[in-house]
Amino acid sequence: MLGKLSWEAIPLNQPIPMIASGLVGLVIIGVLGWVTLKGWLPYLWREWITSVDHKRIGVMYVVLAMVMLLRGFSDAIMMRSQQALAFRSPGYLPPEHYNQIFSAHGTLMIFFVAMPFVIGLMNFVVPLQLGVRDVAFPTLNSVGFWLTATGALLVNISLVVGEFARTGWLPYPPLSELTYSPGVGVDYYLWSLEISGVGTLLAGINLIATVLKLHAPGMTYTRMPMFCWTTLASSLLIVAAFPILTATLAMLLLDRYLGFHFFTNEAGGNMMMFMNLIWAWGHPEVYILILPAFGVFSEVVSTFSGKPLFGYRSMVAATMAICILSFTVWLHHFFTMGAGADVNAIFGIASAIIAVPTGVKIFNWLFTMYGGRVVYSTPLLWSLGFMVTFVIGGMTGVLLAVPPADFVLHNSLFLVAHFHNVIIGGVLFGAFAGYTYWFPKAFGFRLHEGLGKASFWCWITGFYVAFMPLYVLGLMGMTRRMQHYDVAAWHPWLLIAAVGAAIILIGIILQIAQFVVSIRRREELRDEIGDPWNGRSLEWATPSPPPAFNFAVLPNVQGEEAYWGMKQRALQQARLGEEPVYADIEMPRNSPTGFICAFFATVMGFALIWHIWWMVGVAALGAYATFVVFAWRDVDEYIIPAETVARVDRANRSARSAALARRQAAP
Amino acid sequence: MTTLEAAAGRTDPHRLGHDRESPYRQRTLGHAAGGPVSKRIITGYGFWIFLLSDIIMFSAFFATYAVLVGDTAGGPTGRELFNLRNVGLETAFLLVSSFTCGLASIGARAHSRPWFYGAMAATFVFGAAFLSIEVREFASMVAQGAGPTRSAFLSAFFTLVGCHGLHITAGLLWLLTMMAQVFAKGYRADILRRMLCFSLFWHALDIIWVAIFTVVYLMAVAL
Repeated sequence: MLGKLSWEAIPLNQPIPMIASGLVGLVIIGVLGWVTLKGWLPYLWREWITSVDHKRIGVMYVVLAMVMLLRGFSDAIMMRSQQALAFRSPGYLPPEHYNQIFSAHGTLMIFFVAMPFVIGLMNFVVPLQLGVRDVAFPTLNSVGFWLTATGALLVNISLVVGEFARTGWLPYPPLSELTYSPGVGVDYYLWSLEISGVGTLLAGINLIATVLKLHAPGMTYTRMPMFCWTTLASSLLIVAAFPILTATLAMLLLDRYLGFHFFTNEAGGNMMMFMNLIWAWGHPEVYILILPAFGVFSEVVSTFSGKPLFGYRSMVAATMAICILSFTVWLHHFFTMGAGADVNAIFGIASAIIAVPTGVKIFNWLFTMYGGRVVYSTPLLWSLGFMVTFVIGGMTGVLLAVPPADFVLHNSLFLVAHFHNVIIGGVLFGAFAGYTYWFPKAFGFRLHEGLGKASFWCWITGFYVAFMPLYVLGLMGMTRRMQHYDVAAWHPWLLIAAVGAAIILIGIILQIAQFVVSIRRREELRDEIGDPWNGRSLEWATPSPPPAFNFAVLPNVQGEEAYWGMKQRALQQARLGEEPVYADIEMPRNSPTGFICAFFATVMGFALIWHIWWMVGVAALGAYATFVVFAWRDVDEYIIPAETVARVDRANRSARSAALARRQAAP
Repeated sequence: MTTLEAAAGRTDPHRLGHDRESPYRQRTLGHAAGGPVSKRIITGYGFWIFLLSDIIMFSAFFATYAVLVGDTAGGPTGRELFNLRNVGLETAFLLVSSFTCGLASIGARAHSRPWFYGAMAATFVFGAAFLSIEVREFASMVAQGAGPTRSAFLSAFFTLVGCHGLHITAGLLWLLTMMAQVFAKGYRADILRRMLCFSLFWHALDIIWVAIFTVVYLMAVAL
């Protein structure tokens, strides 16, 4: 009846997962109870869960990423403390638990922190920057988000019911084959990524169609803000790379479920094919993450330098060059496979070449700041921290791209330090910069600057203290993923690294404090007119938070930096442009399709993991029925009357006029 | 107000990167300059991108097949297993079903009931015939002890061809749903957009089949 599922699947004898999941359960029940008592459930259902508004979906992506960041970071703290303690001792985490922790840490941080964070920012910002009212496929957008949430939920269910993979964040066969990993851990990994991978693919398709086909009049490709270009590049990579992941994981699933021989030791299976396929997805994946972060930095640096982005066209070219080159380097993840000197040399050179367009970008940001009136706000600090840190990470990457050096450093902590150097210093700093930069747009008030800066300093100090020792340890020969060790020389460095993780923890606590304090003091942090940073692109032409329809009238774009041009005209003429003629606006109706699909996907994933076949059938039928019901609806849009549009827009216009008058009155 | 104060009309003092009088500026107009495009174009465009992603997924299975085709582990090879007569018949059915699918699109555009339902029904029949030959081929291979668990080559074969077969199955389900929807709702604009996607999907499966026919069947027999 319930397949492989029984009471033994609950790890009652292991205190750490039980206490952790008990706490999480209490928090969830507490939040749900509070929301129900306050009577907010109907509001949440109507305005958020069933929402097809790109801004709401973007915010939900970011919330998911932040919650998962806490989970992934607690894994990190456990690993650092285990390695600090496990010198000539077993530490406090048994090996089978430790292996699950490092696997879950990597999986969560890449798929459920970094990915939703950047997709959330792209979702929120891109339609606003293009001057349009929504993405190309609003309901699909909601489906994509909820399928991502399903993946995250399944990974977290594995904490309580069963176990997670012990194979690392990429389940290399033959270790991940049924022979060596007979439990459900790898199945949790595979099904959660298959499901969330579909969600990511939908987001990618949606964003490509949006960037290439939806524009305000006059918003030509070469007038798009840089963030739209990096979104395009990143989405192209999603569409070109994620199907490879889906296919590869499907093959591993067939091996495990039906006894196929893709990657097995016997009957002709070829495990090196898994490495090739997974990295043919995996290397583009790191650019899927970093390119949107580059876009955020471009916006932030230009805004807070009070200057247009230097070398816009070279920036576009560099972005697209990275987009293509990222598909030509996958083999550098396994130079030690033994493909031969010639093959390794080609991939080594290709890897080093990516440093060229990246270098172009760094110089463009520096020249953007040169001669500008630089405002050292929190988003700019994250950007500066990024530039310094990412250059170091890039240089150690070029070192690893040299095959002979890689033979020595392969699988060592040097590698771990390198990719944390670029992912924390690049993607995460970019995500935090974007979070701080666009928060006032999303919620109508800024985040507290002082706490934001304090958090930044803790993060960057903590990062260096935690990861520079790992470079040293890698050069000393320490390999990654060690549960215990007995080399005395390593111990002090691992203690320092643990201190670094603790400093990062303070940074995270400060971020939470910043969030709470900002909400409490939102009146003094209020963004009255919708342009808190003196911005340059169209999202700042809308009120904060923007109304559901974003723009009362689609803006008429007449040059690069569309909003900056409008603002300059208003300042010169000391008045806003003429009041436009308002018309009724059609907007897509909200739909629970995404949420219900994800519900069935969760049930189906869980049933597949535990071999509960009847439940798989029921869930598949439910998902199909959901699609049919959605396809059968007759009214998919609603009308916002012109009076409502006019009221919202006039309120914002009068706030802007007042600000303009105040500025004129000032000396 | 922090905003407008700093704005104060100051442009970039060094004028780096942005040449306002550049002759290139005029030329940038023309791409996407006219505002958002119609829903029909957006839907078709998005679905094309989805189809490209699907083709990439198939390309991963094709690459795997090409790597594993020689790894028969002492089991049967493609030359011993494949029956080109059956495969030729399958190909013919699928190509004809693509033709009738095209007729159905025209029928839908012309709002012609007999053409739409007739051509859709024919598409279904040819698609189902294709599928039944494929299922029989698979069943006979498994009965001979040449199932997917026999060797890496057979794993790759069953996955690649079976993935196409699953797409055909999903397509048939979509086809029936599509017919039911036109029956219930008529030729509404949104339903015609779905019909456009369906026919794109069906033709794309043809393209993939042509590649399978060549790479899997013809090359196994010829090489």
